Amino acid sequence: MTLVWKLLRKHVSVPQLAGFFLANLAGMLIVLLSLQFYLDVRPIFTGQDGVIGDDYLIVSKRLGALSSSASSVFSEQEVSDLRSQPFAKSVGAFTASQYKVACSIGMEGMKSFGTEMYFEAVPDQFVDADLRQWTFDPADGCVPIILPRSYLAIYNFGFAQSRSLPKLTEGVVSMAELLVVLRGDGQEGHIRGKIVGFSSRLNTILVPQSFMEWSNSVFAPKSDTSPTRLIMQVSNPTDDAIAKYMQRKGYNIDDDKLEAGKTMYFLKVLAALVMAVGLLISALSFYILTLSIYLLVQKNTSKLENLLLIGYSPARVCLPYQLLTVGVNLAVLLLAIVVLCLVRNYYLQLIWAMFPAIPSGLLWPSLALGALLFLLVSVLNVLAVRHRVLNIWKHKS
Amino acid sequence: MNTIALHHTLPLVFASRTDVGGDIWNTDVQLQKGHLYLVEASSGTGKSSLCSYVIGYRHDYRGTISFDGRDARSLKVADWVELRMRHISHLFQELRLFPELTAFENVQIKNKLTGFKSKKQIISWFEELEIADKANTRVQYMSFGQQQRVAMIRALVQPFDFILADEPVSHLDDRNADIMGKILMEEVRRQGAGVLITSIGKHIQLDYEKTFRL
Repeated sequence: MTLVWKLLRKHVSVPQLAGFFLANLAGMLIVLLSLQFYLDVRPIFTGQDGVIGDDYLIVSKRLGALSSSASSVFSEQEVSDLRSQPFAKSVGAFTASQYKVACSIGMEGMKSFGTEMYFEAVPDQFVDADLRQWTFDPADGCVPIILPRSYLAIYNFGFAQSRSLPKLTEGVVSMAELLVVLRGDGQEGHIRGKIVGFSSRLNTILVPQSFMEWSNSVFAPKSDTSPTRLIMQVSNPTDDAIAKYMQRKGYNIDDDKLEAGKTMYFLKVLAALVMAVGLLISALSFYILTLSIYLLVQKNTSKLENLLLIGYSPARVCLPYQLLTVGVNLAVLLLAIVVLCLVRNYYLQLIWAMFPAIPSGLLWPSLALGALLFLLVSVLNVLAVRHRVLNIWKHKS
Repeated sequence: MNTIALHHTLPLVFASRTDVGGDIWNTDVQLQKGHLYLVEASSGTGKSSLCSYVIGYRHDYRGTISFDGRDARSLKVADWVELRMRHISHLFQELRLFPELTAFENVQIKNKLTGFKSKKQIISWFEELEIADKANTRVQYMSFGQQQRVAMIRALVQPFDFILADEPVSHLDDRNADIMGKILMEEVRRQGAGVLITSIGKHIQLDYEKTFRL
């Protein structure tokens, strides 16, 4: 092999290989970075709080100045009409608590404080949280609760900031236990509440549907539980038909959701665009390498032909060039991963400084994509070399 | 492999000619393992073409060439590789050495492929052919006669049933031609192989069993 390599390394152009290396590195890095950035930034928009998945909209009736409470309620007919629309994958109702709720929170070293509040529930299928935690058993007396993330922000950046109080992370708050008092129908019940998650998209205090049914039946058995808000799963939140339908029916869509949906949509488009540019650069760099190899094989044609004539197989003659290209591709992949990790660490610091509680995205999809690109380019290179050498065998060059 | 058979073989360039005669083209020829053949002809009559067809380098002929009854045209790439590595050795008229490698490396690049001869054996051939002092010289700095001897050694470092030597001594003096003939025949007898030597006049003095004229 060493003698063959000694023969065939002649005319290997270092500038051409370096050019390919840099171009492929740039392409690969752009592709991987765009995917990784998308994965890392997505939780900021989706909340990634596990409350609801990507494309969910909250629908309510538009309120006029003199609307009665009855006019804000959705009838069964209205719900089924919405459900039958082509853009609606599924529709669920918010059920509100029909009794009084008082809640107090106490932690060691802090004075406890309490407030009146309310609960709402949506069917479990709309809750993307760990469903093992999302259950209620009256015998246990503990109810899981999901709070709006904005509540924590109001406390941390408004209240705690001005009073020099410690800031609370989601983890700390989750450790606190709430004391919940339920009153209605002449009865009073005490239960414990446990915060199991935060939602930045769902502006309500969420409890499991099973708890809501139980508590309404106990503390407000005669109340009407018709929904005032609906949650709708859609395949495409930017669909025109949704806006038109809502306009016609006089319904409101929670604007934030649409805004977040739009931002996500643009983030996706942007990431895809940048990735396409990266892929284009990768493709061009592959073209450079292919041309370089063709030139190399062309310049070494007589040597390759002589090797074949004295009994070397095309596969053995191809091997040095194939190893060379695969080696260069592998070096590109490894370096791209190293640079990706460095850049990622840098921007994650920036993101965490602004959004301390945001979990970082997964790394493996980018690594898998990098490996896939490496495999694709390597296989194409190996085939290109083989094709050229077989052409020499057939005297086509 | 025991037989190389030519059946009405004719180079395509001769197809339009009516004056093609001789003992090889357009007739039936059988070369048997273990026998010595000489092809004698003036240049341009297709001696090198014959070698190229047998080794699978060129296929521009009419008729058939077969190895133990198997048509050469049905051979796949892997079959030709096997044939060149183990069954038919070829000393090319144009030598096809690698100028940037030394004489010894030119032999080793083949011996590494076949693993057939010891380094000691190769060096002793260099000595017998009086080019031992050139073993580490790049081939591009050697005379054609010296290169012919290197090419001969390279042709011997593989197992073969037949060896084709295309004008092997065209640039050698008689003494060196005799030495080359002796080494060649020693190896041929050791392997029990057949020999086909082409010549345009000057040839190694051997006990040829059949001489073909083109």
